[in-house]
Amino acid sequence: MKNKESTKNLLASLIAIIIGLLIGFVIILIANPSQALKAMGILMSGGFYKGLRSTGQVLYSAIPIMMTGLSVAFAFKCGNFNIGTTGQYTVGGFVALLLSNTLYGSVPDSVLWIICLVAAGLAGALWAFIPGLLKAYRNVNIVISGIMFNYIGMLLVIEGVKAFIYDAAGARSEVSAISLPKFGLDKIFRGSDVNGGIIIAIALCVLAYIILNKTTFGYELKACGYNPDASKYAGMSEKKIVIISMLIAGFFSGIGGGLVYIAGTGRAFTTAEVLLPEGFNGIPVALLGMNSPLGCILAALFVSYINVGGNYMQACNIPVEIIDVISAVIIYFSSFALMIKLYLERYHKTKSNQIKNEKGGQE
Amino acid sequence: MNIIVNTLNQTLVFAIPLLIVALGGMFSERSGVINIALEGIMIGGAFVGVFFIYLMETNGVAMNPQLLLVLALLIAGLFGALFSLLHAFAAINLKADQTISGTAINMLAPGLGLFLAKLIFNGNSSVPFENLFRIHEIPVLSQIPFIGPILFKGVYITTYLGIAILIISAIFLYKTKSGLRLRACGENPQAADAAGINVYKYRYIGVLLSGFLGGMGGLIYIIPISSVFNSDVGGYGFLALAILIFGNWQPYRIAAASLFFGIMKTLAYTYTTIPVLISLGLPSVVYKLIPYIATLILLAFTSKNSAAPKASGIPYDKSKR
Repeated sequence: MKNKESTKNLLASLIAIIIGLLIGFVIILIANPSQALKAMGILMSGGFYKGLRSTGQVLYSAIPIMMTGLSVAFAFKCGNFNIGTTGQYTVGGFVALLLSNTLYGSVPDSVLWIICLVAAGLAGALWAFIPGLLKAYRNVNIVISGIMFNYIGMLLVIEGVKAFIYDAAGARSEVSAISLPKFGLDKIFRGSDVNGGIIIAIALCVLAYIILNKTTFGYELKACGYNPDASKYAGMSEKKIVIISMLIAGFFSGIGGGLVYIAGTGRAFTTAEVLLPEGFNGIPVALLGMNSPLGCILAALFVSYINVGGNYMQACNIPVEIIDVISAVIIYFSSFALMIKLYLERYHKTKSNQIKNEKGGQE
Repeated sequence: MNIIVNTLNQTLVFAIPLLIVALGGMFSERSGVINIALEGIMIGGAFVGVFFIYLMETNGVAMNPQLLLVLALLIAGLFGALFSLLHAFAAINLKADQTISGTAINMLAPGLGLFLAKLIFNGNSSVPFENLFRIHEIPVLSQIPFIGPILFKGVYITTYLGIAILIISAIFLYKTKSGLRLRACGENPQAADAAGINVYKYRYIGVLLSGFLGGMGGLIYIIPISSVFNSDVGGYGFLALAILIFGNWQPYRIAAASLFFGIMKTLAYTYTTIPVLISLGLPSVVYKLIPYIATLILLAFTSKNSAAPKASGIPYDKSKR
């Protein structure tokens, strides 16, 4: 039964992806008819367009959205929509960068990156903890508190950057003094920005899968997501579950920020008062991954794949924003997943009924 | 005195778009559909409205700027309503998860806006326009002490539009039959259906109204603060959502909440001109943070007995009673 359910999920996602790509193709066709086919070809082969270098790039740009996607998915399992990923990701990235540059030299590099990442995760967890607390004890809508914490985090990080790690020449923050270990990935994917972050991200997704599916806490968390009243009646502490699930979700987002800002690829914070897109981009990853941690790995790689392809496609005079349009269409249709699944079920039922009837006729 | 007048005058620039968009969100949620897509709808409406203004201005169509603005607002609103149909169809007919289709629209709008702008303006992603819409002074009325310089000097007609929409919204929601029915669909759609109300129809009305006001609000947001539109409304759609909840889903409270946000936002930029605030010696970030923190504190004390529409966010399924 469980297997059937996940096949149906996968099928529904695939249908949504195909519709998204088709609509994207139609838009490209209208925008630039002469080069549409070529452009679409580049988009589809994006991750391999320039050989392993492109593949490495796909892996690299999957890192942040995999983590924020995992964060959204994890909170969703408990019935909470964690729109505060952006804030958690931002404070996580900031704390990692701050520690890496202040402790640089006094702590060996091989330990420092681990300290930075753990601190990033804790900062993200703190940023999700307060909305969780407010939800559990004061019934504050978690979407609103998440939005508020996005802005509070963004504004505080700008102040923090100005106070501690400001690079006046570039009018932005300093870049990280250390870089993440590459675990040999740079040898395989030569010329790309890929680093050990992708391995850590995938490992964390697997960890989340284990927490959700193999532990009592994971069971309680999902039960609480399905029906908070029933789980309360069954003796679970729904307040505790909400808070801990948000803590873990925030931890994932925070580490995502850490993985990006101490990767050693020259990422820095600007002082512009805008929310970072990586947090919001986790939402489509979670949705496309059907809110399962392992699904998030695939979904992040897919989104990253078409993004890399979209960048190459600009050579055909197709603006890269077509990727956002395609992703949006995919998400829109994946929101119909329920309908698609129902349709598949009905189709399946009529088919098996037919078989039954035929058998009945024979008897 | 002068400082207070200037601050309040400036406040309207921030508060009016928030008010209009939050009122839009109110109609949607009171009919039972959560509209997280307000941000995307604002971007869509603003894009079409600004593009219309751009076309009129560059093609040398001589028109009274106020008339042009009204036309652009209408077009922005109508496009917003059209755009919100996507959300309505998914949320009402297909019973989809409303946060998901909302998120999709929030992604689609800036993507499509930048895509189209780049195609039209040869790789440049922003739509330029000239702001001719500021009313310098309204004769006679601007002479009224205190209120005159706030409401009738250096303003946009959108200020009056916002006030009108507020009053009309309140009357519609509380004093008309349709308003009552709309609210019923958001509180208890099963009972409403049993009483012979077409739940789907009223939910469509709610979402379309939010689309209309959201699209309009997007254009109102961008006109006073910029001369280009970059398919971005600075998170105002999300803020409007917060204001809607802050305002407890009631029109006049929403208005008060938008004014509060507007004043705080203004103070963050102008506090250096106000002697009392300078002497406090607080950095500007404190003023920027206050609206968000105040919202959280207020919600922490009021959410236990929040007046959220009970069926908001739950698809209505006739077969489930």
